[in-house]
Amino acid sequence: MILRTILAGLAVSLCVTAVIAQTDPVKTRENLMKENDQHAKVVVQMMRGQQPFDAKKVEAAFAQWADTAKQLPGLFPKGSEKGGDNRASPKIWQNKKDFDQKAAAFGKAVADNRAKAVASLAGLKQAVAAVGKTCDSCHDDYRLSKR
Amino acid sequence: MIRKLLLASVIAILLAFGVLWWLTIPEIVVAASLPPHKPDLSNGHEMFLAGGCSSCHATPNQNDHNKLGGGMALKTPFGTFYPPNISSDAHDGIGGWTEAQFITAMTEGTSPSGEPLYPAFPYTSYQHMTAGDLRDLFAYLKTLPAVQGRVRDHDLRFPFNVRRGVGVWKLLFLDGAPFKPDSTKSAQWNRGAYLVNGPGHCAECHSPRNAFGAIIESERFSGGPSPDGHGGIPNITQFKLKDWSEADFVEVLTTGHMPDFDRVSGPMREVVQNTSQLTKEDRMAMAVYLKSLPPIEGSPPPKKK
Repeated sequence: MILRTILAGLAVSLCVTAVIAQTDPVKTRENLMKENDQHAKVVVQMMRGQQPFDAKKVEAAFAQWADTAKQLPGLFPKGSEKGGDNRASPKIWQNKKDFDQKAAAFGKAVADNRAKAVASLAGLKQAVAAVGKTCDSCHDDYRLSKR
Repeated sequence: MIRKLLLASVIAILLAFGVLWWLTIPEIVVAASLPPHKPDLSNGHEMFLAGGCSSCHATPNQNDHNKLGGGMALKTPFGTFYPPNISSDAHDGIGGWTEAQFITAMTEGTSPSGEPLYPAFPYTSYQHMTAGDLRDLFAYLKTLPAVQGRVRDHDLRFPFNVRRGVGVWKLLFLDGAPFKPDSTKSAQWNRGAYLVNGPGHCAECHSPRNAFGAIIESERFSGGPSPDGHGGIPNITQFKLKDWSEADFVEVLTTGHMPDFDRVSGPMREVVQNTSQLTKEDRMAMAVYLKSLPPIEGSPPPKKK
């Protein structure tokens, strides 16, 4: 009886720990943005002729950006305003609807331009310009400058 | 005995005030010292862009950067500043100023009425500009539209609202030095150094400041906290930017895009609106100079709780 209770308690606390580790929104969104940046660097190098055009890498970039756009709106719960190297502006919580719309626009630009980007270098340049605009439009209003 | 002590203290305090008053008598540039000069309006325009005048002085909530009616709120740790009207209006702006008065404001930080100007107006950088460039800039400013209306006073905490005190600050932190070219460097580097340290006043945002609000000289360009308390301003020395080429610096000044296609944020976007209109030569000169900045780590940002 006691053993079962202990085992049950252990199981529950393990689950809870796992859930907490998964749901640190600040860490998660920071990592997503950092990954966005890594993919952007690769893609920009291709655009500048500093590395050869590679459709697989472009596909990976667009896939990660699409995934980010889907996750973003849920990663800014109340109470996550501060913490870490947080560059999230307080305006996000003041205008959450607009922020979510901008995240959706990002997702749409990524989806609409994915085929073109993977097809050719010329297509990639157009695609990145279009997607970049959606990155900027959110960052301009909702991201704080950093040291 | 106590009366003598009291008398001595009163005299000492009066003497101290007297000395401070004398020390803070404003420096001014006298009209008679200026040789004849034919204004070059296109140079004036270049100085206007490099100097970023409209970023602080343009009337807020409208898109015309040539309407310099002032009034934008500039939040700082000392209180909120409201940049004045510097349009060509003769009554509410600087249309009635003389060249000498304009040069005095820009290089000595003194107003035509003899009062010190707060260094939120970055004459600590503008002081490095040549009289010729300042006269061209003044002529250019006078071609811009007149805007009516004076701006409200600054809203500063005591003791910063005692204007005369700025005279003491200037004694400590304004060296009055014109730009000195480095003869071991190219003309292009020197042009860049002049633009960045004079009209560009880049270090005014991109440097940490001490408790008196003056730039910590040894950490110039290494970034600092944003004066309005939100976010930070990056280190632009080679400590942070050693992977950037001169072309990368030109790109930022032209489009605001950094090497990973990310874009500069906040007030830097305003800066780029101006620098993007500078001549290609001037942007390249600034890039050459900025790329040459020795690596400075600066103080780390305070740990967030």
